[in-house]
Amino acid sequence: MAEPRKIRMTVNGQAREGWAEPRRLLADFLREDLGLTGTHIGCEHGICGACTVLLNGEAARSCLMLAVQADGAELMTIEGLARGGVLHPLQEAFWEHHGLQCGFCTPGMLMAAYDFLRVNPDPTEEEIREALSAVLCRCTGYQGIVRAVKAAADRMRSAP
Amino acid sequence: MAKWVGQPLKRVEDPRLLTGRGVFVADLPLKDPYAAAILRSPHAHARIRSIDASAALAARGVAGVITGADALAHTQPFAVGVQAPVKYYCLATDKARFVGEPVAVVIARDRYLAEDALELIQVEYEPLPAVVDPEDALKPGAPILHEAAGSNQACHREIVYGDVEGAFAAAAVVIRERFRFPKYSSTPIETYGVVAAYDAASGVLTITSNFMGPFILHALVARALGLAENRLRFVVPPEIGGSFGIKTSIFPYLAVMGLAAMRTGVTVRWIEDRREHLLASSSGVDRVAYRELAARDDGTILAMRTRWYDNVGGYVRSPEPGCTFRPVGNWVGPYRFANLAADAHVVLTNKSLTGPNRGYACGHLYFEIERMVDLLAQRLGMDPAEVRRRNFIQPGQFPYRTPSGGLYDSGDYPAAFERALEAAGYDKLLEEQKRARAAGRLYGVGLAVAVDPSVSNMGYITIALDPAVRARPEYLPKSGAIESATVKIDPLGKVTAILGTAPQGQGHQTIVAQIIADELGLAPGDITVVDEMDTFTRVWGISSGTYSSRFGSVGTSAAALAARKLKDKLVRLACALTEAPAESLVFADGRVMPRGGGSRGLTLKELAGRAHWNTQALPPGMEPALEATAVFGFPLADSPDAQDRVNSSNTYGFIAEVMAVEVDPETAEIKILRYVTVHDAGVIINPLIAEGQIAGGALHGLGGALWEELAYDSEGQFLSGSFIDYLVPSASQAPVIEVEHLATPSPFTTLGAKGLGEASSMTAPAAVANAVSDALAPLGIAITELPITPSRLWHLLDAARRRPR
Repeated sequence: MAEPRKIRMTVNGQAREGWAEPRRLLADFLREDLGLTGTHIGCEHGICGACTVLLNGEAARSCLMLAVQADGAELMTIEGLARGGVLHPLQEAFWEHHGLQCGFCTPGMLMAAYDFLRVNPDPTEEEIREALSAVLCRCTGYQGIVRAVKAAADRMRSAP
Repeated sequence: MAKWVGQPLKRVEDPRLLTGRGVFVADLPLKDPYAAAILRSPHAHARIRSIDASAALAARGVAGVITGADALAHTQPFAVGVQAPVKYYCLATDKARFVGEPVAVVIARDRYLAEDALELIQVEYEPLPAVVDPEDALKPGAPILHEAAGSNQACHREIVYGDVEGAFAAAAVVIRERFRFPKYSSTPIETYGVVAAYDAASGVLTITSNFMGPFILHALVARALGLAENRLRFVVPPEIGGSFGIKTSIFPYLAVMGLAAMRTGVTVRWIEDRREHLLASSSGVDRVAYRELAARDDGTILAMRTRWYDNVGGYVRSPEPGCTFRPVGNWVGPYRFANLAADAHVVLTNKSLTGPNRGYACGHLYFEIERMVDLLAQRLGMDPAEVRRRNFIQPGQFPYRTPSGGLYDSGDYPAAFERALEAAGYDKLLEEQKRARAAGRLYGVGLAVAVDPSVSNMGYITIALDPAVRARPEYLPKSGAIESATVKIDPLGKVTAILGTAPQGQGHQTIVAQIIADELGLAPGDITVVDEMDTFTRVWGISSGTYSSRFGSVGTSAAALAARKLKDKLVRLACALTEAPAESLVFADGRVMPRGGGSRGLTLKELAGRAHWNTQALPPGMEPALEATAVFGFPLADSPDAQDRVNSSNTYGFIAEVMAVEVDPETAEIKILRYVTVHDAGVIINPLIAEGQIAGGALHGLGGALWEELAYDSEGQFLSGSFIDYLVPSASQAPVIEVEHLATPSPFTTLGAKGLGEASSMTAPAAVANAVSDALAPLGIAITELPITPSRLWHLLDAARRRPR
């Protein structure tokens, strides 16, 4: 076991730091050391996608990374999606279209959808389904989620 | 008058969940927690010769190690629902009976250190031969799991309703088929999580976990740990990350972590990982079924006979063998036939343990029944829709008593069925099939119907016992199903409702706010609903919990009744204050006022202020405080009679489905082209939530029917320990599900609502199996085993092509 190392990162626009052994997962570091429990852990092998965060602007599985690998990085987690108490259009649309039930996969789903709409702002339903297959949901049958992402995309495109 | 009930209201639960502020068990802030990690058996069947934990105990950060010796010394085996002497402790004591069975627990400063220490524990195993197939397990010479039981048969019941022999003798047509239903799990994305803390000063063990009930299991854990029930506190955090029945079976871990907390004196936190969850949490049973059907040549079903081999794994874990008996009252489904025989074998093998999984035994049941109905239609050359029409229980027959004792409360099965056919364009689909077949395409249309039971009667499980056992004087009969709710109004006129439920995403807070808003003439936003279960502070009973689709009927009834009780009090108070006659008062827009206006009446705030601040002026005899608790219990949930008849659930919905599929002859991929489902769950409180439940349930059923299987090799080694091997459907595999409702209100619930949480999980396997069988009928292939994975289907296609025509 190696000694803990100091880690500095920007999370949701704030400078954060902590100590972590090299083996510590980024997901554990976010949740337990930084207290950002909105990022959830569902499989720890990179399939369920519940732990998805944005790492330097792109979606990444925080359960498949070590905290030390994110040293110096810029991260965005679910806690950073709403700004100034205003929900992001994706969050609004998930609420409107019943895109969540238990809410456990929701942070990962939202972060994955956020990344997807950045790359593809005007997706077809099939493209949405393909992109969201990166995150597993057991409650909804994906029906409300797909509708929500489509609605959010429409709204984000028409927003000034 | 319903203003809010029936509206697709956005959920009050969502803002916290959408912003990462939900509090799940792993998110709870804890004072000085320790982490637990579990050492599990690598063998399917092995005697445990010795365990040496000395090196682990000496490792950095380790506070203690718990083994089977501790379980033997300090706990009792859990009560089991069968007569066979199966001793089930919270840790393996003498033998390990499945891969993944907990053998030891390390408690350390964090999970990393706990897992380090696990590697230092030396266990000496003596591997034994294993058996995984439930039929093999009953053959002479099979390895015996529990020597004291003498065989692997945990329970055997032969039950006959009506004149089955006579019906088969008189039948023009008899159909026989063998079916296999797989072992699968709805795998909630949040795994099990437990926090256990023991306060030696008060002698209270507090266990916070994502347990969902039934709370009878609280008594089982208390007894296992040797605690009085009032020294064992179960708490459920605000959120549970899905369950679908699976988190009922967390209770052995509540005992083992409770034991660890009591032995070490530290706060113990255990968060299961995904591999552990797939390996050893819970699943439905895998079943081998032999079913026979007797019918007239006009398609009228006269009788069915079934022989089941239900595989419960290494032990019988409560509420098993519910896997076999939960649907006993609806064993005939929606059909009128009066003669039924069940020969049920509950079998122990070296697989992981089973329990409730969305649909609890109904997916199995309707897969068999609905495949048989299609086989009958095929034999008679009839339209499968017509065969169903000829056998439905008719709308004038409700409440309908089934031969096995079920009391179907309401329904119009023919109307709901026709609605499904119409919505799907059944005739057009059949025309499309003709065109497709002419072009050489494998296109199929499948139907499935089901009676959807909700709110289990606690008595059903005793069908596992012989009536002679239930007749003994010392036997404690079991019956009923209850739920509670408390509604109170604070001095400023706002309402708080307190439930005894443990929801896992079903939106109880929203639903109850809608109900109470209607009852008291408020807006849902005026009502705060608290649903964090706590056995020390909530009103609860042994049937409490959020399982068997309970909330829609029993939970909503309790909430409405509590609001009405409180309303009665408000009416008396308002009458005393305004001198208006009680029958003239209406509750609307936050006021109590005489019907037809004339007076502005009183606001709820004014009434509440007077009630709280001036208790001396309350009407004579009125109990102070604006608060009411209602406990709703079903009146028709008796314990089983001497003929094994029991009303096993309390409300019974109906489901009718039409599915169109196309099979790719090269890749064996099944493409679902249409999936229409019509539900009768009585009065729908929130259509948005109802549709979400139905769509989610449908995908669980499809997952089990097409992709998901907790697979083992013949030696009992587990083959699907990750989401790479255990295929959970993703958004790209999920079909669009078209949902419609038809409502025949239940006469037995306060609002006429029924449960629908399990919903299409119980019909989807039947619908897709019928559709795929129909697609492949030209090749002579009939689906009798699930899941229909591409590789399994490819082999069927390949064999069919090789068969000489």
